[in-house]
Amino acid sequence: MARLPLLASTATPVQRLAMLMLVVAAGLAGASLVIVPETETALVLRFGEPVRQSAAGIAWRLPFVEQVVRVDKRLIDVDLDRVQLTTADQQRLELDADARVRISDPVRMIQTAGTPDRLVEQLQPILDSVLRQELGQRGLAGVIAAERGPAMARVRASFDREARDYGVSVIDVRLKRVDLPEGAPLDAALARMVSAGQQEAAAIRAEGQKDAQIIRADAEGRAARTYAQSFGKDPQFYDFYRAMQSYDTTFAQKGSKTGIVLGPENAWLRQFRGPEPGK
Amino acid sequence: MVFGYPIPASRECPKEALSFAAGALITPAMNDPGTLDGPVEPEGGSSDAPGSEGVAEKAHPGNSLPGKTLPESPWLHHRAPHTNRPHRPASGWLHRLGFGADAGAKLRRFARQRPITSRSMVSLLAGGALVLWLAGTSLHRIGAQEQGLVTRFGAYQRTLGPGMAVTLPWPVEQLTSEDVTTIRHTTLPEGDGENLILTRDGGLVNCIFDVRWNLSSLARYRFSLADPERTVRDSAESVMRQTLAEHRLGEGLGSGRAEIEETARDRLQALLDRYHAGVAIAGIDIRRTDPPAKAIDAFRDVSAARQDADTDVTQARAWAAQMIAHADGEAAAFDKVYEQYRLAPEVTRRRMYYETMERVLSQTDKVIIGTPGVAPVLPLPALPLGPKPAEPPAGGAH
Repeated sequence: MARLPLLASTATPVQRLAMLMLVVAAGLAGASLVIVPETETALVLRFGEPVRQSAAGIAWRLPFVEQVVRVDKRLIDVDLDRVQLTTADQQRLELDADARVRISDPVRMIQTAGTPDRLVEQLQPILDSVLRQELGQRGLAGVIAAERGPAMARVRASFDREARDYGVSVIDVRLKRVDLPEGAPLDAALARMVSAGQQEAAAIRAEGQKDAQIIRADAEGRAARTYAQSFGKDPQFYDFYRAMQSYDTTFAQKGSKTGIVLGPENAWLRQFRGPEPGK
Repeated sequence: MVFGYPIPASRECPKEALSFAAGALITPAMNDPGTLDGPVEPEGGSSDAPGSEGVAEKAHPGNSLPGKTLPESPWLHHRAPHTNRPHRPASGWLHRLGFGADAGAKLRRFARQRPITSRSMVSLLAGGALVLWLAGTSLHRIGAQEQGLVTRFGAYQRTLGPGMAVTLPWPVEQLTSEDVTTIRHTTLPEGDGENLILTRDGGLVNCIFDVRWNLSSLARYRFSLADPERTVRDSAESVMRQTLAEHRLGEGLGSGRAEIEETARDRLQALLDRYHAGVAIAGIDIRRTDPPAKAIDAFRDVSAARQDADTDVTQARAWAAQMIAHADGEAAAFDKVYEQYRLAPEVTRRRMYYETMERVLSQTDKVIIGTPGVAPVLPLPALPLGPKPAEPPAGGAH
């Protein structure tokens, strides 16, 4: 039974040759097969010219003649930070926008930009100018509510047109932030908010007082009506009754030092003088 | 067989060596006691070597020294044959395990026929490595909350659910798994800063909110977006900004919170679906919506004003109730008295008069001038502007 010589020193020349050829074949296989992950496509270039494109899985190439360049298939972010914009009504704004793009034509992309990073760098100024063009025509309220109307759709369409030159298609463009820049614009807005708040507070207080007054007046009216209904039954008796109450309240409190001079004709002293003649 | 390590018998090594090695690990007491003193004569039988080297030295034909015996060489001794060894019962441990009665002997014979060389050690190791490789990279365990992605040479093949998974081994297929059902939190903004968002009427709201999400499709999550977490974060920020920009300041600050959360959630889900992100948004929770720090006093004042207004109204209501109750009470009292008066008008009137006078005059200082026509000079005391400390003397009665 022949056994594989594991040490070359014990191998016969034929066996040695076979092993060498095996190693070379393995090396060639390694050089000509490329594993392409699902997130990328592979572009095979021959002397710089693209020859074919392959999807995920195994891509093969002629080892020294062809090269494989891998291109990301996923959505790429093109971020634009701190775009200073002046609106149509002279308001300064600071925007953050971002766009999602996909490489639709890898050949084009390689030819124009080379790598995804450089691609993003080249797309950013284009996005900047497209945004300014569209949003600079609007007033502050229009920019804040930009997603409402067709503005962002137009931005996307223009950006897409320009980006096709780079082999890229634009999925959408969105405004991440719309801010008032630090300094005068922000302070002015805050001051406006403060004064609006103060006005609202004053209005609420006044309203409250008004309501209170109405309630009080209403209650007084009802009380007066009650009194009138009741006391109006006999105004003279009411006068007497009320006078008695009044004397009670005024003179009959302990500690009120009132002096009263009772003359001879005083009604209370009527019986004091003695019985009337004939009664 | 000794200790399971059979000594190769196929080489050209004397059978005696075999026997010796076998016997060397057996106590000498196992030898025939009668032969302890002298060399052991070959007893013949099956243990005899085919060659005659095992014969005792004494009778060696090649001994050319007459009258002198060569020293005994222990290596040439023919030790006790195997048959003298303690007899291993034919039914050993293998038999007890359930194999046949002579399974032990068969195994020994088999092992002796397939000796382990260094080469076969290597192939054993290689076989072990192969099994390990196959088992390690073909069998996978996917947790209860996870999904697994199988890629063949990088290309997406299929998604697997929880449990044991079998794939082709390593270079061909690979499995990556990730937790899909656990809900993840993203808080915007990160850190402690303010996050001022413009509302429709130009006001600013400091909005801090949480996004709760998990994965709906692991394949899409991994293969659609270059940076899915960042995409979720950026999209959430953009959607919240858009939603707040449609509401007025008052709604943003409090009254419209639930509606804003729901609108933002729906929009964010629609947006991520457009990107095929494989993300499911469980909900958006607004943790704080406040006015900006500099304007917060003014807004606190608004709340205070509301409270003041409420207090005013409440107080007025209390006063009003009191007044009406008082009026009702007085009217009722008058009505009662009036009824009595109606029954006997003059009597009631006089009675009331006298009663009141009693009460009044008992509390006051009185001066009675009984004689008509007398005009006394009464010293008027200083007009009392407050309660006097001592009682003044009563005026004399004339």
